[in-house]
This record gives sequence, C-alpha cells and structure tokens, in this order.
Amino acid sequence: MDPTALLLSRLQFAFTISFHIIFPAFTIGLAAWLTVLEAMHQYSGKPVYRTLFAFWLKIFGVAFGMGVVSGVVMAFQFGTNWSVLSKMSGPIQGPLLSYETFTAFMLEAGFFGILIFGRPRVPPWFYLFSTAMVALGTTLSAFWIMVNNSWMQVPTGYVLQNDQFVPDDWPQIIFNRVVWVRFPHMLLASYLTGAFCVAATGAWYLLRRTYRAEAHVMLRMGLALAAVLLPVQFFIGHLVGDYVHDYQPAKFAAIEARWHDEQPASEVLIAIPDSTTESNRYAISIPVLGSIIGSMSLTSKEVGLTSFAPQDRPPVLIPFFAFRIMVGCGFVMLGLAWLGTWLGLKHRLDRNRLLLWGIFLSFPLPWVAILTGWYTAEVGRQPWTVYGVLRTADAVTPFLTASAAMTSLILFVAVYAFIFSFGTYYIYRLLRAGPAGLGGKPLHVPVPNRPMSLADQLPATRGYLEAGE
Amino acid sequence: MVMYWVALLAISILIYLLLDGFDLGVGMLFGVAGGEAQRDAMLSTVAPVWDGNETWLIVTGVIMWGSFPVVYAMVMSAFYIPVLVMLLGLILRGVAFEFRGKALRSRWVWDVSFVAGSFAASFMQGAMVGALVEGLQFSNGDYTGGTLGWLTAFSALCGIGLCFGYSLLGACWLVRKCEGPVRDSARRQIPPLAIGVLVFLVFVFAYALVEHLPILQRWTDRPYLFVFPVIGAGAAAVLAKSMLRHDDYWPFNMVALIFVAAFATLALSFWPYMIPFVVTIDDAAAPHASLAFMFWGAGLFMFPLMLLYVAVGYRVFRGKTAPAADHY
Repeated sequence: MDPTALLLSRLQFAFTISFHIIFPAFTIGLAAWLTVLEAMHQYSGKPVYRTLFAFWLKIFGVAFGMGVVSGVVMAFQFGTNWSVLSKMSGPIQGPLLSYETFTAFMLEAGFFGILIFGRPRVPPWFYLFSTAMVALGTTLSAFWIMVNNSWMQVPTGYVLQNDQFVPDDWPQIIFNRVVWVRFPHMLLASYLTGAFCVAATGAWYLLRRTYRAEAHVMLRMGLALAAVLLPVQFFIGHLVGDYVHDYQPAKFAAIEARWHDEQPASEVLIAIPDSTTESNRYAISIPVLGSIIGSMSLTSKEVGLTSFAPQDRPPVLIPFFAFRIMVGCGFVMLGLAWLGTWLGLKHRLDRNRLLLWGIFLSFPLPWVAILTGWYTAEVGRQPWTVYGVLRTADAVTPFLTASAAMTSLILFVAVYAFIFSFGTYYIYRLLRAGPAGLGGKPLHVPVPNRPMSLADQLPATRGYLEAGE
Repeated sequence: MVMYWVALLAISILIYLLLDGFDLGVGMLFGVAGGEAQRDAMLSTVAPVWDGNETWLIVTGVIMWGSFPVVYAMVMSAFYIPVLVMLLGLILRGVAFEFRGKALRSRWVWDVSFVAGSFAASFMQGAMVGALVEGLQFSNGDYTGGTLGWLTAFSALCGIGLCFGYSLLGACWLVRKCEGPVRDSARRQIPPLAIGVLVFLVFVFAYALVEHLPILQRWTDRPYLFVFPVIGAGAAAVLAKSMLRHDDYWPFNMVALIFVAAFATLALSFWPYMIPFVVTIDDAAAPHASLAFMFWGAGLFMFPLMLLYVAVGYRVFRGKTAPAADHY
C-alpha cells in the first residue's frame, strides 16, 4: 500500500461524494415539491401552480442531470480505489446498492423522461403519477444509501468468514435504530434544502419587485415547511447524536473536543482543539451540560479521547468545527423560517426588506449544513472505513500507484469544476429570468415526438405550456 | 441462485449494450451531422431515454458487486484508467443533454463534449472487453499488469471496433426514429459502418489465429458456438436486404441481433470463467445469504418491474420523432 495513493484516494472520494451530494440533496426536496405543485394544480386548477411547476422543472432537470452523472462515478469508485473494501463488504454493500439501483434509479430514470418530455403524450393523472414516481425514486435512493452508510458506521448483522463480511441477519442490517434516525435526518435535510431554495427565490423576486404572485406562493410554502420541519430536524439530530454517543464514543469525544474523561462532563461551546497538547485553547464551556447532552443525566461520566489508543482516534479539528457549523446553520435557518412565517401571516413580510435579504442570502445554508454534517460523520469515523473492523488504510486498492491516483483526482477536479461552473450558471440564469422564461428566446420548446402546432395555436399561453426546457 | 444472478448479469450487460449502444452511437454520429437542425433532431431521439439507458451500466455494476464481489473488485481496480476515462466521458456527454438547450453562445462546447464523451466511453468499453479476452495479469487475486497493462494493440482495436458497432446501432436507430435528411444521411452511413464492423470481426478472428489466443481452443472444443456467428451472418443478410428495400424499422433489429450473437459467442466461449481463465463463476459468487437476499426482492420482483419501466418509457415515446426542433 502506497501512503500517497491512500491519501489521494481519500481526497478523491471526499471530493466526488461532496460534489455529488449537492445535487441529490436539492432534487429530493424539489421532486417532492414538484409533486405537490402538480397535485395542487390538478386539484385547484390555479395557473400559478402550473407556472411554478414548469419553472422549477427546468431547474430540476439541470440539477438532476448533474446528480445522475456524478452518481455513476460512485458506483464504480468503490471498486477502482477501494478494492479490498469492495471484496470484503461486497456481500453486504453490493446487495444494498443493488436494491438502490433496482428500486430507485430505474424508477427515477424511467419516469424522468416522461416528466421532462411527456406532458403532451400522457393523460394528466399519469403525468402526476410520473412526478410522484420520480419523487419516490429519489427518496428510496436516499434510504438505501443511508442503510449502506449506517452499516459502515455501525456494522451489524454479519459474521467475518474468509476475509469477507457475510450477512447473517438482514433485518438487523436494514431495520436497526441507527438507520431509522439517520435516514429521516438526511431526508429532512433535503426537504429543507428544497424549501430554502424556493423561499430564497421568492424573496429575490420580491426584492426585485417581479413575479409577485409566484414569489408569494414560493415564500409562503418554503418558509412554512421549513418552520415546521426545523424543530423536528433538531430533535432527530439529537437522536443521531445519541447513536454516536452509544456506538462511536471516540467520534463523540472528538465532536465534543473532550480530551479526558469527565464526571460530570462540561460542554465545550467553542475552542481551538490542539491535538499535540491534547487540550483546548480559548475554550468556552458550560459545566455539567456535557453530561446532560450525552446521557441526559447530571452526574454521568463521559469518555475522553485519551481513553483511546492514539491509532484509534479520529482527527478532532474537522468533526469539532464541522459539527458546530452545521448546528449554527440550523439555528440561523430556524430564526429565518419562524420570523418569516410569522411576519408573512401578519402580511408584513413584503415591507421587511432586511428579512427578505436574509432569506434570499440564506440559500447556501442547507448545503453547508449537509456537507458539514457529513464531514462530521465521515471524518469522525476515521481511522475506520467499517467502524472498528476495517481500517481505511487497509481498505484501499493495494497496488494503486500514486501517479494513477493523482491523474484521476486532477481529472475529476477539472471536469467537475468545468460542469459545475456551467451548471450553476445555467441555473442562475433560469432563476434570474424567472417563470416567464429567458427573454429574447422562443419560450415554447418542442418536445420530442410532438408537433409544434400545439404551442403555435395558443400563443397567449406561451411559456406556461412547455413540459420541459 | 448463482445461475440466476449470472443470467441477470448477462441480460443486464446485453440490455446496456443495446440501449446505451445506440445512444452512444448517436452521440458519435452527432459529430458528422450536417447542421443545427439535424443535430437537434438526432438529440431529441435519445433525450427522453438516455438516462434510463445509462442506468443499465449501474445495474450491471451493482449486480456484479453484490453477486460476484471478487470479480467486481479485481476488474474495476485493474481497469483504473479505462474506467476513469469512461466515467468522465459519460459525465461530459450526459450533462450535454441538459446544458445544450440552456446554452446560448457556448452551445458548441456541449456539442464537442457530447461527441468526445461518447467516443471516449465507447472506446474504453471496447478496450476493456478486448483486454479481458486477451488476458490480464493477476497473482493471488491482485492485478499485477501495471497502470497501462490493459492497453495493447488488440484492446485498442477492440475499442475502435466497438465505436463502429455502436455507431452502426446509432445509425439504425436514427433511421427508425427520424424522417427527412437525418434519416437519409443515417441510411447512407449504414453500409460503410457495417463494412467497418465486418472488417473488424475478420481482423479479430485473424489476430486470434495468429497470436494463438486461448479463446481459439474454446472454439475448437465447443463447435456449437458457431451457431452464433451463423445467426449473425443471417442477421447481416436481412440487414442488407432491408437496406435495399429502404425499410426504416428492421435494420435496428438486425444490428441488435448481431450484437446479441457476438455477445453470446464471447460469453459462452469463456464459460464458466468470469475473468477469462483466472476466476470462475463459482470462485467469485457471493455467499448464499447475499444472493438469496437479492433474489427474493430485487431479482424476482424488481427486475421485471425495471423492464416494465423501460417498456413504458419506450412506449410513450414510440414512433417517429417530430423533426423541426430549434432546440430540444
């Protein structure tokens, strides 16, 4: 094993998966929102829902495309860079990813074409059904990925035979407590991403004094959803912390920057952890709160990092700060959502430009929270790939050379930077242009297999008709 | 149980070859299309289905990982560079579908990335098959052939051969789905592409003879394998006849049949090896608990359902695609 190849493989995995998660996090929430819009349009017949649907569908298309292509990489990267892991955990992770592909990917892919191009070719109920199937597919995909990752965090239901993890209790692997707090945590995070992007777009239009009707619907729906979901998310986040406390005490100690066993334990709010002196600098901490958070007790003993052998400790700096950034983003979002909803109910939101600016600028927060949350989980899991059983250093492809790993990392960074800058630019342009479409370009877009006459006969409704981009 | 997953793996690879084959083929022919209107028409024949087509590659990958983890780990790690280039190619061509219609001045960027990505992915797929046929160096389950060990004259030839094959499939798809100038130029492309594929097959056979590739012995041991080349030749004859009759529908089916015949020849030549002459199906199979878990849900119920999604998708977008698209 080449240590440089190991480091480069870790960087590559971190980079490609961070890039990938940006898009599913967005499209899971957006697909659900599109389903709601289509259902409300078919139920109420109000054109505003149809306008919003057509508008957000274009953005969904771009984000979904980037999610698909960056996701294909993930299915192969286990084998190329982590061949020992794939050989050992294939009997468990392989079937789980098969279920993801069989239940989710094909569902999404099959109905995505109909969603984008099929509106004129299928009856309305089938179109709504297709939208719902895409949403269901994205959700199922998140579920299987969380099962998979949770097994790597807390391996269970297996026996080790001939250097392979052989499953002996599938219900335990799929239905354990860890999965059922982490999956809702990720799902809610995705819904919050969608909600904040929609609300931020509404705020942007109000600030620019355009598309008032659509902006109000977006702000109202986005903020109300976030206002309800955020407290639930905080509660589930606490349950996620409980599993870390129980199953991954070293990670928990790193997040808390707790170097030594304490009884009762204090809670470090902020500090600069220093692993050379095994202590914190400039720490601000609250006595006893650490025991309350960790064990719901005033007297419990909480484990410190020095109780673990140095080679079994995770890095401290990243989990410590990433966790605090995540929680900080959560509080800011909670404040914006509650204040915005309250002022919205009193019909005073339009005049409060400061708050509108805040909501507009808040759109990156859910992504920051998701990424830092994952960094907490994944960096905190180190030095293990399969927690407590297989070290990351032992999981890498043993004959991988540093030059090959360097080549792939550079190429991934270059290509992803290229498509990301164009993709976000196109999404920005669609958002800036708003529901009426881009000026100067023909608004209707021909749909495969569909004569153009339909759009030409109804020039008054141009721009609201198209099923796709 | 093992046989069920071998069968599903084979079916998935075949579906991938046929579906993403025409899709990548259209991508390569896109480079020689005459004008914007034709390019738009070509793209709109694959835009609603490309995502589903490509998903069969993931289906293949995860079946391999779940059912034959040893093979997945060995093959993927040995093919580090070709898998990388294939993935980057698929990324660049995949985003082109969504980006091209959004671009104003930069549309040419996505035209280039669509064509180049399609070529890169097709070439690497062919080269990987060629390298497997020729034989890769393994010791104790680890690849020892070096980063570029897969790249030989033979594997490069197979890469070019698959580009021809996919382009032929793509041209037949365009004939089937388009009218007017797109169909006419695709029809003109079919004979040279078909001859290219034929020349390639003859060349591969000659190379195998000259170099004494181990696959040859398989053919002399198992004469029934010659059924498939005969089927392929029959399909080629029907293809030629349907071309002369200016038929739009049959060429695609016949080229697909040629692909099936070629795939069956290869797969049965190597039976029971998954990595030729290194790892057999039984060596590679995952524990029964994994195979059974996959069988009772994914295999028995979800796989037919996936075929149904594909059928629904192709049914909704059946028939000729309307031309006259200024952008999709």
